[in-house]
Order: sequence, then C-alpha cells, then structure tokens
Amino acid sequence: MDIAIIKYNAGNICSVANAVRRLGIEPVITDDAEQIRKADCVLFPGQGEAASTMQYLREHGLDTLIRDLRQPVLGICIGMQLLCRHSEEGNTDCLDIFPVEVKRFRPTLHNQKIPHMGWNSLSNLRSPLYDGLNEGDFVYFIHSFYVPRNEFSIAEADYIQPFCASMRKDNYYATQFHPEKSGRIGERILRNFINLCNA
Amino acid sequence: MPLAKRIIPCLDVKDGQTVKGTNFVNLRYAGDPVELGKAYSEQNADELVFLDITASHEERKTFTDMVQRVAAELSIPFTVGGGINELRDVDTMLNAGADKVSINSAALRNPNLIDEIASHFGSQVCVVAIDAKEVNGHWQCYINGGRVPVDRSLFDWAKEVEQRGAGEILFTSMNHDGVKRGFANDALAQLADTLSIPVIASGGAGNMEDFRDVFTLGKADAALAASVFHYGEIGISDLKHYLRKEGISIRL
Repeated sequence: MDIAIIKYNAGNICSVANAVRRLGIEPVITDDAEQIRKADCVLFPGQGEAASTMQYLREHGLDTLIRDLRQPVLGICIGMQLLCRHSEEGNTDCLDIFPVEVKRFRPTLHNQKIPHMGWNSLSNLRSPLYDGLNEGDFVYFIHSFYVPRNEFSIAEADYIQPFCASMRKDNYYATQFHPEKSGRIGERILRNFINLCNA
Repeated sequence: MPLAKRIIPCLDVKDGQTVKGTNFVNLRYAGDPVELGKAYSEQNADELVFLDITASHEERKTFTDMVQRVAAELSIPFTVGGGINELRDVDTMLNAGADKVSINSAALRNPNLIDEIASHFGSQVCVVAIDAKEVNGHWQCYINGGRVPVDRSLFDWAKEVEQRGAGEILFTSMNHDGVKRGFANDALAQLADTLSIPVIASGGAGNMEDFRDVFTLGKADAALAASVFHYGEIGISDLKHYLRKEGISIRL
C-alpha cells in the first residue's frame, strides 16, 4: 500500500503523516508528480489560506495533477475547500472538482465564535468512509470557511447552520474536519479510507 | 448537539517529567508526559496542554523531543507553552508536531509577537495565556510564572490580545489556582461577554460541580485542570458523563 501525502505550503501535514504511521503504514510526503500518480491513494491535507495555497499548487503544476488523479483522494480541511470550484476566502478560484462554493461563516449571535474550533458531531452519514461510526460521533474541526450542504454531502455538521462536513464525487473524498486529530473516531475514518483503496 | 465544551488536562513538564505546583510552587512529580497524555486521550480528553516550566536553553531539546513523541503517539490536538519568546520558537514547536502554541510573559513584553504568530501561522495556532490576580476588585496581570506583576488589567489586555489576532485566551486566576474551590466564574463570564474568541478557564477545579459552573456561570468554552486529573481525584470519563447529564454539550 503506497500512500502519498501531497506536500505543499499548508501546515499540519506532519500530523496526517503521524496518523497514517499509527495505522502501520509509512506514507510518502511528496510534491513529485510521478510519486503521487503511482500511489494507491492520495491524501491532500492542510491548514492554510485558500489564495496562497492555490497559487502554490498552480506554480508547482499540482493543480492539473490533482484533477487528473484516478485513485482515491482524500482532501482534509483546506484540502477539501481547494477541491471546490471557488472560495470566498481571498475570492479564489479553486480546483473545481466539486462544483460548489466555499463560504465564510457569518455569525448571527455573539457566542458563535469564528473559527469554528473544537469537537462537533456528525450527522447524515452516508458513505463507506463512515463504516462503524454512529450518528452524533464527534470529530475535530478548525475552520472559518465552510461548504454548504450539497448533492455530494456524505456527512453534515451544525455550526451557525447545518453545513457539509464531508463529501464525495467519484474517486474524490473530502472532510472539513481533521480525522488525524479526531481520536479513535478519526483513526477509524482514515482506516476506512485506506480500505476503500484496497477495494 | 452544538460544538462541545472542551476538557483539557494540563501537563507541566520539567526535565521531561510531569509536575504540578500548588499556587505556582511546591512541584510534585506526576509521571511521564507522553504516557499520561495517551491515558488522557483514551479517557476522551478533548485536548492537551504541555507547559515547559523550566525552559532553560539546555532543556529545550528535551522538551522538543517530547513534543515529537506526543505528536507521533497522540491523535487529539495539543498545545505547547513555556519558553516561547520568538517566531523561531513557534516554528520549532509546530515542526515538532504541536497544533498550537501558548505564549504568556513574552506576549506582555512584546505584544507584536501575537500579530507575528497570527500572520505567519494563523490565529488558530496562537493561544495567549494570561495569569491574573484580583486585588480589591482589580484584576492585574502577572508574568514570569506569576512572580512579577505588570501594569496591565486582565480585561484590557485580553481585548488587545484578541485584536492582535490571538485565536484563544487561556486565563488563569491566581486567586483560584491550586485552591480547588471553583473557577473565577465572574471574571470568566465578563471575558466571554466582551471577547469573540474562545476562552479556556484555568485555576480552581476541585470537583465536578466546579466544571459544570465554569461552563454555565463562567460561560467558558473549555476548562483546563491539572492535579485533579493527575492524582485521579476526578476521572475525565466520569466528569464528561456527569457534564452531559447536566445538559452541557460534551463529547463522550
């Protein structure tokens, strides 16, 4: 099992690598097109800002590479947002794999703090990615922009309003939350994703 | 269920070992930080904080090694603090695998550090810890582990910290710390009402009701404690079940 983690200018990549190692697999952290293309599955993680990360991907030819991947790909957090068509963050055109918009959270009450940070529960789970999970299981989020519910949603969460916590289209999977920081539940989700790659 | 309130064990680390003082003195040993961290994670602690309380230059590497081990073995978010004085220190900790860094005295000495951390690494990385003591109704800030008073009030400083781009505030009441008679709920509620970033309450946890009160009366987003957890006086799992029963949004 070859797992490639796409290396780019977004933080938090080493914690995804650590999470994969805890599952007993040594990942390759790389921006090399050949290594990414030949991997059995690809993780596209990160924490960062849309415009600067998107610019980096374009400058390094990673944008077309990611669009052309045929193996299972999992975008995490900013990785999920970059897979969308466009983000309100920096008015950025993204990879357009999911034809959806990334929007800024707009609080309606004082106690709705931005970023949405901490543990929140998942609902409307509908994917083998969530095998073994229960409605209401908690995962760790940290983000100021979100993807509204859409036809590709495979899990939802609620903060200010219900939003898309996870989605899937063809070989592309995405989570707004951080499975690598979500304890045992997160480990199960990553294991499920790796199992999808074996299938 | 809305966003969960967080329970955060704090591990004070000296020479690679966990310790906890009472009112910032009389340190006692309480185990290996990585093992303790794993045990807490298995009991569903929501986050961990590791504070390097010696932070001398020679011991820095021991602490960085520990941070790497924690990052390799734990699957929940963790914050590190103590001895972070400049951007380079932040970079070292994040590279070692920390999710957030906590700064305290360094922020009061050089408030620009907050802006720098926020712009280089993002606000979510930057936790500003504030130690303050109430004397005659006035909350005064302290630096150097609560040893040196500074001419800043808690509420003014907290507002400035937020405006400079901090992601969270970790407020320790020196009046309550180590006393185990509850958190500084009045001051905490005032912070929650005036700030738009999360507040982590610290200092005063003695029993489970104290945690309920800090979330309801103190309006805190998270509660941090050390000795009640380290010495097994309160089990995190028991605490979380209790809080859920009390109607508080808690991850089980």
